[in-house]
This record gives sequence, C-alpha cells and structure tokens, in this order.
Amino acid sequence: MSGARGRELAVEGVSVRYGGVAALDEVSLQVAPGAVVGLIGPNGAGKTTLINAVTGVVRPAQGRIALGGTQLERLPQYRVARCGIARTYQNIRLFGALSVGENVRAGAIARPGRLSDTEARALLARAAMHEADLARRAGSLPYGEQRRLEIARALAAQPAVLLLDEPAAGMNPAETHELREVIRAIAAGGTGVLLVEHDMSLVSAVCDSVVVLNFGEVIATGTPTEVARNPAVIEAYLGTSEA
Amino acid sequence: MLAFFAQHSKLVDQIGINALLALSLSLSLRAGQLALAQAAFMGIAAYVSAIGAVNAGWNLVECALAGALAAGAVALLLALPIGRLRGVFLAIATIGFGEIARIVEVNASITGGAEGFSNIPNDANTLWIYGTLALTGTALFFFNRSKFALAAAATREDENAARGVGIDVARVRMLTLAGGAVVAGLAGALYAHANFFITPGDFGFPRMEQILVYCVIGGVTSSLGAVAGAALMTILPEVVRFLQDYREVTSGAILLGIILFAPDGIAALWKRRS
Repeated sequence: MSGARGRELAVEGVSVRYGGVAALDEVSLQVAPGAVVGLIGPNGAGKTTLINAVTGVVRPAQGRIALGGTQLERLPQYRVARCGIARTYQNIRLFGALSVGENVRAGAIARPGRLSDTEARALLARAAMHEADLARRAGSLPYGEQRRLEIARALAAQPAVLLLDEPAAGMNPAETHELREVIRAIAAGGTGVLLVEHDMSLVSAVCDSVVVLNFGEVIATGTPTEVARNPAVIEAYLGTSEA
Repeated sequence: MLAFFAQHSKLVDQIGINALLALSLSLSLRAGQLALAQAAFMGIAAYVSAIGAVNAGWNLVECALAGALAAGAVALLLALPIGRLRGVFLAIATIGFGEIARIVEVNASITGGAEGFSNIPNDANTLWIYGTLALTGTALFFFNRSKFALAAAATREDENAARGVGIDVARVRMLTLAGGAVVAGLAGALYAHANFFITPGDFGFPRMEQILVYCVIGGVTSSLGAVAGAALMTILPEVVRFLQDYREVTSGAILLGIILFAPDGIAALWKRRS
C-alpha cells in the first residue's frame, strides 16, 4: 500500500528457469533511492525476465528480492505492485479502451482516495505529456504518447522503484531527448529507476551505473563509460574476431 | 404507446425482469468475463423464493433477499473452480454449470421436478419489479463511479497490466460474478412471484442466450445499453406478431445487424467518444 520512497531494491542471486533453460542465473543488482541503473544486454539476455521476476510475473527458482525490508519473491504480482514497484512494458500495455484520465487513475488505484483531474494532469506533465486530453481514448494516442502515458500511469502509484522496459523504443530522437529529462526528474524525486534500454546514448546520459546481462548472467557492472570499454561487453555485443 | 403498455402489463413486467437479467450479465462482462451462468443464478433464486413462499410462508421481500443471497453464495463457490478459465473456456464451463443446475431442478423432489413448481403467490406486481430495477440502477450508478468499477474495467482491458498497478484480479472477477448473480437472483425471485408457476426449462440455455443477446445489442459494458437491449428485444417479438412463424427471424436479423454495423451496441450510439 505504501508509496513511500526511500527504499532500496535489492536483487540477490536470482535464477529463473523456463524448463531446462536458465533465463537468469544468480543475478544480483541494487537500485538505490534516486539512482538510475541501466540494464543492458543483447536480445534474449534476460532483461525482461529480470523485470518479470522483480514484479512477481515469474517466480524465481532461487534467490531473494527485497524492497527495503520487504521480501517480494513469494508475493503475487498485485501485492508486489502495492509494495511500491511500478513498471512499464516493452510492448505497450495500456488500458486501451479507457480514457487517458482513467489510465492514470488506474495507476493510483491501490492508493487511498482518488486522483483529481489536476493531479492526473500533473502526473502526465511529469511524463512530458503536456496539455493532454484526459477524455481521449488511450488506444487512439500516437505511439510515443502511449509510452509516456504508461510512464504517467506508473508514476501515479508513487513507486519506490520504477522499472522502465525499453521506454525509448519507437520514439523519435526529439522524444528520446525529452525522455532523458523525464527520467532524471523521476530519480531526482527520490524514486529508484531500473532502465532496460538499447539506446546507448540514453543509457550513458541518464544512468549512474549499468549492469550488463548476457545469457542470463551478469557479465559486467560499472559506470556507463566503464562498461562501454569492458572487453566482455564488447564481445557479447559484437562477437570475437575469430567468430 | 401508453395504450400499448396498458394492454400488455405482463409484457411490461417481463421487460423489467429482463432488464435486471441484462444488468446482471453486464456486471460480469464489465470485468471481461464471459460467464454464462445468469439463467442458472436466476433459476436458483426462483426456486429458493418459490419454496420459501409456499413451504415456509415467507413474504415477497424475504423471498427475494433469500433468493438473491443464495444465488450470490453459489456464484462465490462457482468462482473457485472457474477462476483460471478465460474466454470461450469460461463460457463453456459456465454453460455446463447451468446445465447441472437445470438437471438438479428436474430431478430433485423439493423443486417439483420437470412438472414444475406451482402455487407461488402472485405478488410481484409492476411496482415491485420496477422498484427493484430502480434500486439496482441506483446501485449501479454509484458502482460505475467507484474505484472498484475502474478496477473491473482495467481487468477487462488487460489483466496483466491490471495486476501491475496493484489490482487483485481474482477478487475483482469473483466479486463481479457474485454481484451479477445477486442481481440475477432478484430477477429470478420476481419472475417466480410474477408467474405463479416455474419449471426448470425456464432457466435453461435458451434463457441464457436471450440475456446475452440483450447485452450484445445494448452494448456489453453499458448499464443503460443493457436495459435498452432488454426492452427492445422483449417488445420486438410482440410488435412483429403479424409475421407469425417468421417473427423470430427479426431478432436474429437485428443481432446480426448490430454485430456487423454497431459492434459496441446501441449504447455506443449515444456515447460516441474520440
């Protein structure tokens, strides 16, 4: 229930298996309040699986996930959300037939009371959706605006940690640039952000630290500059010269 | 128009009862569940209220409350085994439940079996029926503005995203099913007390299909649409009586026309959004 910020997300030794395949193998990472942590890796590295494990969509075979003092790994998905973890989706998952305003209100549904139109507009503005028409059907918005509405819906929960799954996908350069400011402002407000993203300029611009996954394992961690120079990372993305 | 209704007071009562049934189905459709057990819930309540009136001497209010609560309780129990079913699988399982209820009614001795149950006091007049409809409509008016209605709508749109914002989807589905069952139960009790005589066949699949047609024609998630659909499809067979054996064709034609040209039902005609 509590949307109180100031709690750290700690993932410790989390493994997820789909049948015999290890999608995640003893992955550990932390997202401190106000920090922006990038999660990168080639396709199929397990980035979305990690987000799904943290949010309770898939249950880890082993490992611990905690937000502040609360253990999350055994909680159902909706309870994890109520503990203060909000997310957006790689493939947009808005409530398409509902209005923009209803989508934002749905984001705050686990909090006491009801959002006013002014509060809904303020949340949309934080996601760089200015002068939004609250009555418009969410499914009829242009793609980039749907992505921003998803962020506003997630912010409505006042999460301690926000998980962004490829928020820049399908955005034009101007929109991506605007997204930098959005993410920085969210973190400045005390919310921890875990950013899964392929756009490396966005990752370098906003992330305090970066975790690199490959085949379900963490192969590097460090600042954006450090991981960009790391030979293991270069190999994971580009292959070795002999290959 | 008034003269028409004066001649057809029985029809007016039927419209009220059918409107309640349509509202009850629209409740579970609101959370995106195609649960086709409304006729069974109606039947359970009809028998509870009929037996209560004849064997225990309950008055109409006691009968209606007992019937509605019984239907709601059965729905809560039914929600457990069907909780994981979606779409057509849910539809088929709930139709199966309806058949079980009907067969129990046919074979049990307390229900009077296939011959039906008679001597039910004929005390549910137009005032009672429309009073119940008004009460249900008012309750739905406030429901539609509640956070729970938003949770149901979000569940209908995308269950996973609904869980992602903290909605207990299983609970939402269970409560909308039970809420719908209570309304169907009220309709069933009124039906029993407006007809003197009920048989298991009154609550079989054809009834369920009619209720679904009211909702499809009205617009599956709109309360007003459900009522309008029920009214239209109850009056229509009387208006086209001159077509004799072919009059059922008009219902089918209207259903087809709605699905093809106004898939959101007649509710969408007065509620066009961007």
